[in-house]
Amino acid sequence: MTFVVRADSVSKNFRLHSERHRSFKDKLLRPGQGVTTDFTALTDVSFEISSGETVGILGRNGSGKSTLLKCICGVLRPTSGQVLVRGSLAGLLELGAGFQPELSGRDNVYLSASMLGMSTKSVDAIFDDIVGFAELEQFIDTPVKFYSSGMYVRLGFSVAVSVEPEILVVDEVLAVGDERFQAKCMDRIRQFQRDGRTILLVSHNADQVRTLCDRALVLDRSQLVFDGPSPDGVRVFRERLMGASLVIGDDASRRAVATIDAVTTASGRFAATTGEPWEMSVAVTANEPIEGHFVMELHNERGELMVRSDWEVAPVSLSPGSHIIHVDSPSMSLLDGAYQVSVGIVSDFGSQALVWREQAAVLEVTYRGRGAGIIQLAPRVRVS
Amino acid sequence: MTDHTPAVPPSERPIRVVSASPTLGQRLQHIWDHRELLSYLIRSEIKVKYKSSVLGIAWSMVNPAMVLAIYFLVFQVFMKNGVPNYVFMLGAGLVVWNFFALTVNTATSVIVNQAGIVKKVAFPREILVLATLGTSLVYLFIQFGVLVALMAILGHAPAWGMLWLLPVAVVALVLLTSAIGILLSAVNVYMRDTKHFVEIGIQLWFWLTPIVYSFQQKLSPMLHRHGITWIFFLNPVTPIVMAFQRVLYAQPFVTSTVAPHGTFAELPTWSSLTYLGLLGGVIALSIAGLLGAISVFGRLEGNFAEEL
Repeated sequence: MTFVVRADSVSKNFRLHSERHRSFKDKLLRPGQGVTTDFTALTDVSFEISSGETVGILGRNGSGKSTLLKCICGVLRPTSGQVLVRGSLAGLLELGAGFQPELSGRDNVYLSASMLGMSTKSVDAIFDDIVGFAELEQFIDTPVKFYSSGMYVRLGFSVAVSVEPEILVVDEVLAVGDERFQAKCMDRIRQFQRDGRTILLVSHNADQVRTLCDRALVLDRSQLVFDGPSPDGVRVFRERLMGASLVIGDDASRRAVATIDAVTTASGRFAATTGEPWEMSVAVTANEPIEGHFVMELHNERGELMVRSDWEVAPVSLSPGSHIIHVDSPSMSLLDGAYQVSVGIVSDFGSQALVWREQAAVLEVTYRGRGAGIIQLAPRVRVS
Repeated sequence: MTDHTPAVPPSERPIRVVSASPTLGQRLQHIWDHRELLSYLIRSEIKVKYKSSVLGIAWSMVNPAMVLAIYFLVFQVFMKNGVPNYVFMLGAGLVVWNFFALTVNTATSVIVNQAGIVKKVAFPREILVLATLGTSLVYLFIQFGVLVALMAILGHAPAWGMLWLLPVAVVALVLLTSAIGILLSAVNVYMRDTKHFVEIGIQLWFWLTPIVYSFQQKLSPMLHRHGITWIFFLNPVTPIVMAFQRVLYAQPFVTSTVAPHGTFAELPTWSSLTYLGLLGGVIALSIAGLLGAISVFGRLEGNFAEEL
């Protein structure tokens, strides 16, 4: 299949100025002094994206994912290597980026659409759709400086998706407006997918990538470390990167704070019955004394998060060495299905994963009742 | 939005390359592809500028009119330079100069001022410079229109036979100004002092250009004596200004309005072909400069988003 986006060993170095915007005076008086350090944002990244794929780019802050998107959009140019893009591309790096506050919404629609490469004639044809989608019919002739921030981004999003690019590049901008509008945005994104358009999506939200994307690219410290199906990508992202954020020692003696060796059950089978108790054991080797909290997640077959346990009720304290964490619950509330089990230990306040194992096991849940939905409600009824 | 299917199969769509150094041809093509954006930027700039003012675009006339009035007062009334119809001599030069100075000054800082767009939206950044140029061009035409109206009212005839030199001069002016503007706008991103140097440089440049004084009357005899007349034409704005003066002021020889009312040469007596040759030189130089400026711009552009 032909590619629509291809990166050929793309590298990008930034020069970090110790002091920004040096003036002539500085350059004359102190040539070549206290100047710059190079920072590598992307190292030799290569991949190919075919038409119709939805690809999520995962990575921690500073891993280079926004730089990669900017190189694809053409806002930044790679230091070496090249990006080939086939067909029209609309980049949503920031919603409403090209808006002129003094101009009316109407003028800004035309201005910003032409910035995304659309001709006046084609904007004329879909102008009402753009305004309708943004729900700004009443305000379209008001200068956008009087818009609320919600109206502003709604119009920005609406223009960008109405341009109908063959490739849509989205950087963390799907959290737009209220929940209802967000749902509309997601619908539009799915519509894009059905149309066979290509979508590139940067997200911190691994669940969003899992549900929306067929494929994931994982970046870590400027390198592409994973390229494959999104559930695997999310697993790599979670395990490798979140765990790696807590390495100890210098580079030579680098090791993780802890590792999760195995997840087992007493019976050897990962099976549970709705409404009945269940248990499992997590074998952990700690390299350091750990004060943290146990957390587990269950994802359904479509990769949607079903439940994440509350870290606060499950404190664990581990001394260096091997341990078994016993987990049990008096009642399984999920209805039948096969659920991916992910487990880990997070720091106090749940802000950081100390160790994480994504998709450690598949839990088969059987439901013997006649209820429907996702969880068992089991109401008690009493007539008086 | 009835048809959601991309019309062209993927394999036939054009390929765009984002690499460290796009070729000059790619750059020019890219600029041409965005000509519609250029017209929107010019329109919106003019709209924004005069949107909430009562006099609107008439304000664009106030500043040049003031400048013209001051020079007229100083040179004609106080210093009694004796040039008849001096206002047209002055006006012809100022129309050109106002365009040049305004464009170079605004273009120099346009990339820095538009950092918000430059960092977030991908389009050839030269467009921003060309938009300031286009905006100034609108003002040039307005000022020119006012000057022509004034000539009509006061019954001052232009050199009809040489009228065709004006469009040539405008082409030379636009090419020259875009070359300088594109180069400076990129340099200013890396060295923010450029803007201040340009402001000072432009003022100096003004006095090196025969606008308030006459080249033929004041400088030519002196330079001619040393055989270095050419030195004055190293200033590429000079031929453009002089072509405008020749066409609009029209009289090479004039009789002084102050005693002893002698006749002197205000403008050179060159034929239109000499002017055309000079302008052709400026055009050739500007095209070379423009291509050079675009490739320098292209090389510097890659890091705009991170430098801003």
